[in-house]
Amino acid sequence: MSTVNIKGITKVFPNGVRALDDLDLEIRDGEFFALLGPSGCGKTTLLRTLGGLESATDGHILIDNNDVTRTSAGSRNVAMVFQDYALYPHMNVKENIEYPLKIRKYPKDERDRRVNMAAKALSIETLLDRKPGQISGGQQQRVAVARAMATTPNLYLFDEPLSNLDARLRLEARSFLKQLQRELGVTTILVTHDQSEALALADRMAVMELGKIRQVGSPVEFFHRPANIFVASFIGSTPMNLIEGVVEDKSLKIGDFKFALPPSVSKVANTGAKLTLGVRPEYVTIVKSSGPGVFSGKVKITENLGTHYLVLFDANETVVRGTVPDGVEPNIGDVVHFKPDPERMLFYDTNSGELI
Amino acid sequence: MKNPFRADMEKSSSERITSALFVVIVSLFFLLPIAWLFLAPFDGQPTYRLKLSDPSFNNFREMSQNPYAYRSLLNSAIFSAGTGLVIILIGAPAAYVLSRVKFKGRDVFLYFLLLFSSVVSGSAAMVPLFLLALRFNILDTYHGVIFILAGGLLPAAIFILKDFTDSLPRSYEESAKIFGASSYRILKDIVAPVIRPGLAVIFVWAFVQSWGNFLIPFIIIRDINKQPAAVMMYSFYTEAGDAVIRTVAAFGFLYTIPVLLMYFYVNRKYGFRFYGGIKG
Repeated sequence: MSTVNIKGITKVFPNGVRALDDLDLEIRDGEFFALLGPSGCGKTTLLRTLGGLESATDGHILIDNNDVTRTSAGSRNVAMVFQDYALYPHMNVKENIEYPLKIRKYPKDERDRRVNMAAKALSIETLLDRKPGQISGGQQQRVAVARAMATTPNLYLFDEPLSNLDARLRLEARSFLKQLQRELGVTTILVTHDQSEALALADRMAVMELGKIRQVGSPVEFFHRPANIFVASFIGSTPMNLIEGVVEDKSLKIGDFKFALPPSVSKVANTGAKLTLGVRPEYVTIVKSSGPGVFSGKVKITENLGTHYLVLFDANETVVRGTVPDGVEPNIGDVVHFKPDPERMLFYDTNSGELI
Repeated sequence: MKNPFRADMEKSSSERITSALFVVIVSLFFLLPIAWLFLAPFDGQPTYRLKLSDPSFNNFREMSQNPYAYRSLLNSAIFSAGTGLVIILIGAPAAYVLSRVKFKGRDVFLYFLLLFSSVVSGSAAMVPLFLLALRFNILDTYHGVIFILAGGLLPAAIFILKDFTDSLPRSYEESAKIFGASSYRILKDIVAPVIRPGLAVIFVWAFVQSWGNFLIPFIIIRDINKQPAAVMMYSFYTEAGDAVIRTVAAFGFLYTIPVLLMYFYVNRKYGFRFYGGIKG
């Protein structure tokens, strides 16, 4: 149970790469927090800095209000689960779980008690005598989590723990991790490049780009109100429509199409300002006829997503994605009319990329 | 119906027979001396022929008459094991550091290691090595031979061990570090056990290289009591310059066995392959 405060953390590698750039972040007690971002954004560096594997160039890390920025990795009482699980191949499962306890000089009976408790919690009791090489990837992951759990840390750090599992196992492990975290109630930080994983697991999350945090919030906030174009393009299993236009007479003109701006936007956006309309394909639905606030164009591609179809159509050189329910999907080449839900439309300043 | 591929198949099978025959002949050529090595020692009247006409242990009895024969095998063992040990004790930490610490000029350094290990041979450096040994006052000593042998083998050993250590995932050490293990414990509990197969292979390699080395002990060692088997073999000649074939056969056999056993043991225990970590 711990809070984590990150204040102005900067990490510059010897080769001059600025992996973390004056970054602030607060993680609440007992929270499942996800760090999300494309590769090279610094999310793993942040996690490793929290764990003490990298030393920060500048700034402070406080765990439960204790400054741990300059303390050694072993003294922070955090546990890290690595992407490759880092199970020692020459030790069997029991010895692997027991090893951190040995380092911390727990007596034998306490070690046994904890190994059994962790093994039971992760249903790996039958594997204790096996070597890591003799068990499956999913089981290896459980052993890695059990090893972390047996040390009763204040903070769990997960570095892409699901990326080495196949798709089916990943879903299973995901629910399992979430449930386990709920039960233990220990603050957990997860690094991932998979936005669906972050949305599914996290209580709160942060999206990073180039060593900076671009948005912090709950998965719902991320999905419905991405704070900038970068986050908007990153979140969601089907990419958000991001269409550039110009403000004209309190509406946004995109090619020949016009979309009325809500008062909150038209107040700050003058005629001639460049805005980007952001709307999820899920909120772009087919309508009978054209008119203001409606895109019209020829269907280019339809993709079957199961319960509905994703339709890509060409509205005068602008590609727009919309969805229609299964059964009424148009044919390729049809002229269709799609209306974005006005309530769900977001407007970004094209130059700064920020949400208005 | 005629199979259009028939002619091709026949042709290829006749080609196969020819090439197989060629391989058999060449192998026989190289196998003959080895077969001799295992038959002649037990032949009562050994010649250079491949035969076992009168099986006996007389050759070994006769060899035992030579007061230096067994002693030289023991010396060989001391030189080889000592060299292997020095290589592991110096080579393993060096390889570990070269694998884990990136410093300026590391790649050039590694390149020179490889260059020197293959280009500069013992015979080319014979005179300077002798002079060095003289200066350091290690002529005619066990450790003199061991240091010089180890020095010659170390570059290649470090290079191979470094490659092996590279394959050891860093996350092993990092996870132990987060759990609070000291650097010494990480080395002892994690790194050393995981790279043990590599160390065993390098030890045997160094052992075998030293076991067969003639030149270095021949230059450095004066005292016949300290001569290794490779040099001793050279003394089993008559004054006329002919080999004392009984002694040479028996001694050659004893000289070969330890190396063979070692290969089998390591191959059985670790296999001559390099691996690190777990494949998922």
